Amino acid sequence: MKANDVILQTVTKVVSFIILSFAAYLFFAGHHDPGGGFIGGLVTASALVLLFLAFDIRTISNGIPINYRLLVGIGLAVSTVTAVGSIVLGFPFLSHTFEYVDFPLFGEIELATSVLFELGVVLTVVGGTLTIILSISEDV
Amino acid sequence: MTNIIILLLIIPLITGLVLIFFRNHLRLQRWTSLISLIINGIVAVVVIQHVHIQGTQTLNLGGWEPPFGIVIVADMLAMLLVLATIIVAITCLLYAFKTIGEERERFYFYTFFHFMLVGVMGSFLTGDLFNLFVFFEVMLLSSYVLISLGGGKRQLRESIKYVLVNIVSSMFFLVAIGYLYGITGTLNFAHMSMRIAEAGQDGLITTVAIFLMLVFALKAALLMYFWLPGPYGAPPMAISALFAALLTKVGIYAIFRMFSLVFYHQEGMTHQILAWLGIITMILGAIGAAAHWSLRKILAYNVVVAVGFMIAGFAIFTTTSMAGSVFYIVHDMLVKALLFILGGIMIGLTGTDKLREMSGMIRNHAALGWMFFIAALALAGVPPLSGFMGKLLVLHEAIGEGFYVIAAVGLITSLMVLYSVVKIFINGFWGENQLSVEDEKMSTKGTLLPCAILTVLVIGMGVGAEFVSPYIMQAAEVMSNPSLYIDAVMQITE
Repeated sequence: MKANDVILQTVTKVVSFIILSFAAYLFFAGHHDPGGGFIGGLVTASALVLLFLAFDIRTISNGIPINYRLLVGIGLAVSTVTAVGSIVLGFPFLSHTFEYVDFPLFGEIELATSVLFELGVVLTVVGGTLTIILSISEDV
Repeated sequence: MTNIIILLLIIPLITGLVLIFFRNHLRLQRWTSLISLIINGIVAVVVIQHVHIQGTQTLNLGGWEPPFGIVIVADMLAMLLVLATIIVAITCLLYAFKTIGEERERFYFYTFFHFMLVGVMGSFLTGDLFNLFVFFEVMLLSSYVLISLGGGKRQLRESIKYVLVNIVSSMFFLVAIGYLYGITGTLNFAHMSMRIAEAGQDGLITTVAIFLMLVFALKAALLMYFWLPGPYGAPPMAISALFAALLTKVGIYAIFRMFSLVFYHQEGMTHQILAWLGIITMILGAIGAAAHWSLRKILAYNVVVAVGFMIAGFAIFTTTSMAGSVFYIVHDMLVKALLFILGGIMIGLTGTDKLREMSGMIRNHAALGWMFFIAALALAGVPPLSGFMGKLLVLHEAIGEGFYVIAAVGLITSLMVLYSVVKIFINGFWGENQLSVEDEKMSTKGTLLPCAILTVLVIGMGVGAEFVSPYIMQAAEVMSNPSLYIDAVMQITE
């Protein structure tokens, strides 16, 4: 009997967007509220895992053609560059700074370089998690 | 600009990172790895000169003042070990080029190689207990990968043991950090030392100190070396050499650092235990080395003996004995890498690690034989070579301070170590030649270069002891006088 997972797939299409936007919220909230790069990355990864569960691996890999092993490298590189950047500018390693900028629509927003560092963490966590899950699934 | 210290960690980190993206470009991977290590070596020499002239250098990460932020401390002890690490890494890399095989190279061998160096050098340079734990994990995770990379049956079996032991010891480490933080309220070495000096080292702190000692002893194969001979024999010799030269030394360094800087108030308790641990380790290691007839096992047990000797020398706790231990640890890193690489070539040539099945190799490989002979003598501590000075200083202090057991055991185990390596030499190199050049399983082309570099260094360190000793003495000075370290870190100016 052929399995019918129409309901699962339809719900996934909606829910994965909600999860992804929640991940984005967690990521940006990290500086003042609970959240941050690590949890943001894990929630992003969980959205992707849900997609892999509801559809098959080939469909999603065609739709989102990312090499997750390279994503780990890119994430580490982003974090390292923000840390090394402070040396280039003449500050101690890993120094971070922030600036209040007025945006036309959103008003005054605090922009911090630690967000870039956290972006690297997000990419690394997503890459790491999905590398593990996809390489285990390949073996079975 | 003190940022130069952090370059020592950033260079291998970035190299490892970049190599992730060039997985299939083997020539590029090899050359990048080698060049980055050489640049790192030059940086290390520059920093050592700087430290030699101006004293301990520190770098506050992110610009946060010491008790609050993480501080990177380059004192002479750490820098000597960093330089030795880089030298060992260069030679192991040169050996790996010829022996490790394309299959492993394609699966991120060089990336993990560099990440492990980050962990090792980070452990030497950090001035913060929890950061030390993190760098330990960086080092261990990379070593888990390196030990199982390739996926041979034996490698997988040994890597499970290795991972289990290290996860348990890491957990104990974390618990010990928790206790210490609960008692002192700080994680910075210098600040912790000040707090303990103010409040006095009571029974509770001593208990935690011994707990921490057991953790590092497990990492350093001090008495609890039961896990070591198996895993160190499993991976290819280029990786085994790296492990033997670096990994246990990190545990020894942690013991040196914690028990000279933080827990130095109850010598009668803690250092007495260290001395006995060292003595028993020396005896058991030497028995293991003398008993076995497998090349890998003999070399692995020699790692254990050296650990015992260094800790026993440190436990005497005078400036001279600590200088002896520091001299010996630097020598041991070089000579263990040399012995493991030479052993790797011997195993590669004959295709077996059983001593009884090899003989007469000196007829075709004279250079190999004589380098092994020099390494064997250096290991035992024969005068013109590098092993002598360290042993002499430790034994001199042991007799002067009344630690007669250390002196006796140190001398007897030196003999047994000499016996174990000369046994390899006699069985492997003398006698009837069983292998013609055509029968050999690998060619020695290119693999003798790293051995030659290390042999020259081993001889140079012994002959040029006069040149090396000011640096060693400076390292021992900081160890015996914690206020030098504390003042440098907390930036207390007179």
